[in-house]
Amino acid sequence: MDRGPNVRAIRAVGPGACGATVAIGGGAVLTPPARAVFTPPQWALLAAGFCAVGVLAPLAHALLPADHALRPSSYAVTLAGKFMCYAMLALAMDLIWGYAGILSLGQSLFFALGGYAFGMHLMRGIGREGQYQSDLPDFMVFLDWKALPWHWWNSDSFLWSVFLVIAVPGLLAFAFGVFAFRSRIGGVYFSIITQALTFAAMLLFFRNETGFGGNNGFTDFKTLLGVRIAEPSTKAALLSATAVALFGTFVFARWLVTRKFGRVLQAIRDAESRTRFCGYDTVRYKLAVWTLAAVISGVAGALYVPQVGIINPSEMSPANSIEVAIWTAVGGRGTLIGPIVGAFLVNGAKSWFTQAVPEFWLFFLGGLFVAVTLFLPRGVISLFEHVRGLRPRARPAADAPARPDRLPEGSPPRR
Amino acid sequence: MRPRLDDAPRPGEGAAPAFGHLLAPGVDVSHGPILYLDGVSVSFDGFRALNGLSLTLDDGELRCVIGPNGAGKTTMMDVITGRTRPDAGRVFLGQTIDLTRLSESQIAQAGIGRKFQRPTVFETMTVFENLELALAADRRVRASLRGALDSEQLGRVEAVLDLVNLREAVGRIAGTLSHGQKQWLEIAMLLAQQPRVLLLDEPVAGMTDAETDATAELLARLEGRHTVVVVEHDMDFVARIARTVTVLCEGSVLAEGAMEVVRADPRVIEVYLGR
Repeated sequence: MDRGPNVRAIRAVGPGACGATVAIGGGAVLTPPARAVFTPPQWALLAAGFCAVGVLAPLAHALLPADHALRPSSYAVTLAGKFMCYAMLALAMDLIWGYAGILSLGQSLFFALGGYAFGMHLMRGIGREGQYQSDLPDFMVFLDWKALPWHWWNSDSFLWSVFLVIAVPGLLAFAFGVFAFRSRIGGVYFSIITQALTFAAMLLFFRNETGFGGNNGFTDFKTLLGVRIAEPSTKAALLSATAVALFGTFVFARWLVTRKFGRVLQAIRDAESRTRFCGYDTVRYKLAVWTLAAVISGVAGALYVPQVGIINPSEMSPANSIEVAIWTAVGGRGTLIGPIVGAFLVNGAKSWFTQAVPEFWLFFLGGLFVAVTLFLPRGVISLFEHVRGLRPRARPAADAPARPDRLPEGSPPRR
Repeated sequence: MRPRLDDAPRPGEGAAPAFGHLLAPGVDVSHGPILYLDGVSVSFDGFRALNGLSLTLDDGELRCVIGPNGAGKTTMMDVITGRTRPDAGRVFLGQTIDLTRLSESQIAQAGIGRKFQRPTVFETMTVFENLELALAADRRVRASLRGALDSEQLGRVEAVLDLVNLREAVGRIAGTLSHGQKQWLEIAMLLAQQPRVLLLDEPVAGMTDAETDATAELLARLEGRHTVVVVEHDMDFVARIARTVTVLCEGSVLAEGAMEVVRADPRVIEVYLGR
């Protein structure tokens, strides 16, 4: 998406892409490496991409007549919004897995928590339009509850819900991270524990008495901030908001990894004990990126629910978390743009397969994962590098950063 | 201004609590010794890796530690750097900093750098980025979000690069360096940390003769600026660089003194050299 048109621009996307020395005359002179967040052509591409999905597509959907050839259909708008939420989730996964080397299989938990936190507000937005014409959500009437449970307090406030969307996944991740990282749980053990946590939460949310609608979850939303949720203008606004969130997260993540913070994360991934003996308190760095990833996932979940129109505990199923890891790996770990591409690619394939040949989808997904691992260990995004490698490159020494053997686009985490 | 390597290190942020005493920040070496181990014992499942080990290092000294396998050399380094907690005994940096209370990262910040037996560098990053991460600076998360190196810090990177002869390789990915170059890079990273004490676990393991010579020269240059502890198997190398040699055996000090004296000691010959 933001591939620069020339070799140099593509190089600068790499996680550590920065020249260290420039040979001038005889001796090498040390210059501070340039660490721009994006090059100007990349900014331009980014702005163009944002205009397309964040401005033009929503405007066309909201303003053009329904039968106009250029109007994106309701289905396309929902699909694009959904994929962008998945892309945010993949971006979060990439920060913790691709950069810090922590494979979390609990990302869908934070996604669902954000979704549920916002879903409560959407349920209150139904008002008396439900089946039972009650102030309470339908499932509570069905359970013969007389009042809202304590955790629904203030759920009719939009701002409070936004706060919950950020605070609930963030606080849970922080508390969990403090214990896990301080006891130096890492590698596959961390993955298993996060998986177990997600599974436990799913079982909890399946129960009716926890007050989250049991296995039906939340659905049948009517209004959001006083407007009808099914209106094209509302859908367009949601798509626009999702684009803002995705592009904002992408720029922020890119800024983070071009800072020293990003390099400390990679140092932790490559040699954690060396990082500790360098004087870095690795627990704090891991905690920071882990909590941040949970918050990004939560926001993605909150944007997902009004567009898809439903949230239920199956969002927390173990398979979902693993799928996030697959998007990230397929796209290319440690590249930021890769996981976004991966999320679109895999989910696009999923949409097609589950309509055309649903029985083959899981075979395809498994095959894709095996194929990418075998033939493209650095992800689909590394295809760009392969293509580039076929072109002859004349790089005068005085012009090139002194890293001829730079592994392009984020070398895979060494495990 | 050209920064020197032996600039005063920053005050150790992880210094021990003062308990009402007025403590000067940083490492207090007013009484001579910089590192002080007293009666340190460590057991692993009944095996006594260290057994009442006592050792004193003077500021600026170059000390070699030798001993047969299982003598406790690496465990001693683990105890000093906070990786292993001793069951008994005291470990102090200077007069005031109790190392048994600090975490690995705090000990590193207090001024102890450690090189592992197998060279451990950040393999996917460039030599420059490796040194940049090691450079003495604020280690907190918040500080890691701020901007680039200033010219003074760049000067320090340059200085260590020159010291280990890696200036030409500054833009290379560390994983592509030769084994010997990785060893030097790791030493350079320690130096960039501006430590008071350097612990080097087998710095010439796997090096060619020429590389070994260069390393011996490098260590000689560090003497007086840093306190250096070298754990080594290569006796010729030890004989070349050592003023004082400590022989460990079964977790405690067997002999200590000049190389010739130690070499002539019948107990040392018995356990280590003679075989």
